[in-house]
Amino acid sequence: MTIDVSNELRNQVNDFSIKLANVNGTGSASANGLLMQAIFRMGIPVSGKNLFPSNIQGLPTWYEIRVNKSGYTARALEYDLMVAMNSQTYREDIADVRHGGYVIFDSSWPLDAELEREDVTFLGIPLAKMCLENFKAPRERILMKNVAYAGAVVALLGIDVDVVADLLAETFAKNERLVESNKRALHLGYDYAVENFECPLPIRVEAMDANANAILIDGNLATALGCLYAGATVAGWYPITPATAVMDNFIRLCARYRREPVEGGEPGEHRNNYMILQAEDEIAAIGMVLGAGWSGARSFTSTSGPGISLMNELLGLAYYTEIPAVIIDVQRTGPSTGMPTRTQQADLLLCAYASHGDTKHILLFPANPHECFEMAVTSFDLAEHFQTPVFMLSDLDIGMNDWVVPQLEWDDAYVPDRGPVLSDEDLRSMAEFFRYSGVNGDHVASRTLPGSDEKGAYFIRGSGHDQFGKYTENPVAYQEVVDRLKLKHASAASHVPAPVVKRRDGATVGIITLGSCDLAVREAIDLLAESGLAADFMRVRGFPFVADVRQFVEEHEHCFVVEQNRDGQLRSLITMETGVAIEKMHPILAYGGFPLSAKQVVDGVLRELENN
Amino acid sequence: MPSITKPKIPLAPLPKNELGLTIRDYEGQMSTLCAGCGHDSVTAAIVRTFWELSTPPHQIAKLSGIGCSSKTPTYFVNGAHGFNSAHGRMVPIATGANAANRELTYIGISGDGDSLSIGLGHLMHAIRRNVNMVYVIENNGVYGLTKGQMSASADIGSRPKKGEANLLAPIDPISLGLTLGATFLARSFSGDKAQLIPILKAAVAHNGFAMIDVISPCVTFNDHEGSTKSYKFMREHEVKEVETDFVPVRAEIRAKISSDDVREVTMHDGSVVRFRSVPEGYDPHDRLSVEEYIRDHHDRGEIVTGLLYVNEGMPEIHELNDTPAGGLNKVPFAKLCPGSAELAAIQADFR
Repeated sequence: MTIDVSNELRNQVNDFSIKLANVNGTGSASANGLLMQAIFRMGIPVSGKNLFPSNIQGLPTWYEIRVNKSGYTARALEYDLMVAMNSQTYREDIADVRHGGYVIFDSSWPLDAELEREDVTFLGIPLAKMCLENFKAPRERILMKNVAYAGAVVALLGIDVDVVADLLAETFAKNERLVESNKRALHLGYDYAVENFECPLPIRVEAMDANANAILIDGNLATALGCLYAGATVAGWYPITPATAVMDNFIRLCARYRREPVEGGEPGEHRNNYMILQAEDEIAAIGMVLGAGWSGARSFTSTSGPGISLMNELLGLAYYTEIPAVIIDVQRTGPSTGMPTRTQQADLLLCAYASHGDTKHILLFPANPHECFEMAVTSFDLAEHFQTPVFMLSDLDIGMNDWVVPQLEWDDAYVPDRGPVLSDEDLRSMAEFFRYSGVNGDHVASRTLPGSDEKGAYFIRGSGHDQFGKYTENPVAYQEVVDRLKLKHASAASHVPAPVVKRRDGATVGIITLGSCDLAVREAIDLLAESGLAADFMRVRGFPFVADVRQFVEEHEHCFVVEQNRDGQLRSLITMETGVAIEKMHPILAYGGFPLSAKQVVDGVLRELENN
Repeated sequence: MPSITKPKIPLAPLPKNELGLTIRDYEGQMSTLCAGCGHDSVTAAIVRTFWELSTPPHQIAKLSGIGCSSKTPTYFVNGAHGFNSAHGRMVPIATGANAANRELTYIGISGDGDSLSIGLGHLMHAIRRNVNMVYVIENNGVYGLTKGQMSASADIGSRPKKGEANLLAPIDPISLGLTLGATFLARSFSGDKAQLIPILKAAVAHNGFAMIDVISPCVTFNDHEGSTKSYKFMREHEVKEVETDFVPVRAEIRAKISSDDVREVTMHDGSVVRFRSVPEGYDPHDRLSVEEYIRDHHDRGEIVTGLLYVNEGMPEIHELNDTPAGGLNKVPFAKLCPGSAELAAIQADFR
């Protein structure tokens, strides 16, 4: 059985994808974002994926926009329109266009005859020439070329030019001159397209009303908002792609919402209800988080795989001494330095069992920025409830791309779960306090904070300790504590976000996935259904796993686990932690560093079925 | 670390401090270090310091890393809140704790391995951040718990008990602190409680990062002929030209002694540190003169001890960050969360 996704006839209104090939550092990102945002404002489901190099200037970079009226906005692998602005990559970019598609190129210079293709339409626009004639400063000539091609795309795709003009006016609200020059550049391209081509093309947009309650947001900003709303006051961090923007945003948000004017103080005098520490390395960053967590402040760090590797030692300390900590891991492509600007989901096992010795951690898997916001808040609640590190595993695709998601909501009745913490009054009513004694139903013992009454003073130690918190080298006393930690971890299963399960009538197979694979897998399931293969869907959202995860695997003859890493880490984790036979789960893996597409899932499932 | 609870032996009425506590109330568990270890003397000085200062035990946070030195927080102030962390990592943890709660007195105990090798990067950055804490390096030039390897503070030519003499230049935390803009630098000798206690008190009073390098001989692995961190070597080569007194804020003797060889520094809390017998050309406020003085003596094989440098005028970590009095961990949630209306308003920009 095969499904030919690529040559399927499409309804070309509000159903196409375009790719823009640029040179890094030339200002193309804002022009590309402008197009995506304009389509969003026209109420049409859309996504934008920035496929960029680890480089500041000069290397090739791409941006993909997928427009889909049915809401399938995972990455597409077929492009209806290529905006080829990088002569270094003309060959591969032109080859990437689907049969019958279009290529926009800069006709200031002739296109090499051998690059021509019979089956695509070439739309030459003398962009460099136009910008040379219309703008004076060399940098402006380069920047405005981007806005000019965006203008041509607006005309060719039928994007509402007034929406684009409004966006330019908003973006450069503080600089009249820039608004004027950008609008001039936009019209250079727009007018040229209208005069020389048949606009709009058969692939085009028409306004819809699908985005009334949606926002355009990236996961790193949504995560920072979650940390702000959860009441985090201390953050320790070290710059790393692709996580840096979490803290950049948190810094900006704190400056806006956490500055309290001093009563009776000088004008402008304020107090900061936060402290953000840019650490000397990730080891220090997590150390700061632990110190603050020990002291009862909600604290977090944001990092990526290499940072987690460095933090391992202190993560074990936090686990064993039972200190709350929130770690935001915006995953990138590993191992080692890997590909820092490419996405992956390859830190699962690293985070699940971070540090030496027997350790197990709580993990949350957001699928999009909306969940980043919600799960960031949940992370703080779980960290304090269970007195342990909690990892939120976002990734570069979620973190650094703009996503169209439902508006974020906040319940003003929210009360932070601070876990069992004893006040001085509580201590007074107790005969004696021992740090790891008197556990609750979730196997968590009450803690005291530094500064509390002497009766509550104790000595945290990463060395072997008994249930009283005293040093021990006694096997029984040691095991008592680590056995409880295992039970405590298991208790978290019913507290982490539940899996999302979607069942289909007559389904014989199940597809399991996590995180940013969500959209591609759901689209793949619909495509498979159209061809007669009904599949149930489960997206796990947290670790430890609830019993439903095991049950889902057991009730299907074949399961497929779709994830973005080489070794099938989710599949292994499910087997290790639930005991289901690994053979029941077929791995569908995409780990080249670009976001997942439905085609990869469909092809993978069909290939596996043929082989079995 | 193993520890043994000290028996409480009621003795003839012990003197009480302002809180009505005796020195016993500032003690910890029984030490399990080797008999004669310099670290135990430092512990005793810390006990006396906090007792004399009448610091409420529960207002003290004592932290350490890993090593012989790092065991010692168990041996002082049972009523303090303690954190024995990982090797070299005490500083970031203390920084985070201090960030969350500025109201406590933080004291970190470290060693030369903990501070000058594995944790050196953290130490340097804590100095830069001017984290408000007392930082004691119990410096014996040797790794004790792993049985006698030379540390980064060992002098060139210094011999371990077994093996070859050290050929690598030592890292001197005081010289390092001077180049990094440290605000309080002292060196002392564990065998000299009379000198160490006023320095510790001044360190507690200091508004910022107060580093005390205490030469604290290791009787088991580094107290032999050929060692430059032995009791004998220290007694023969210590230069105590700079002497310090600490005058607490509540003391009555506030009259200024106007003498050329006495200099006074008023600490943040109003207490006073007096420098006596300050040698000519030496100024504890002037980095360059301190550097020169230490270097000249070091070249002659002498170790200068005392409160060597102090700058009370620099903002500490909370002043640099404009945080509120009372501690971030006590800011009510209502002040931290902007609420639903604001979330809706922010999102108007996400269109």
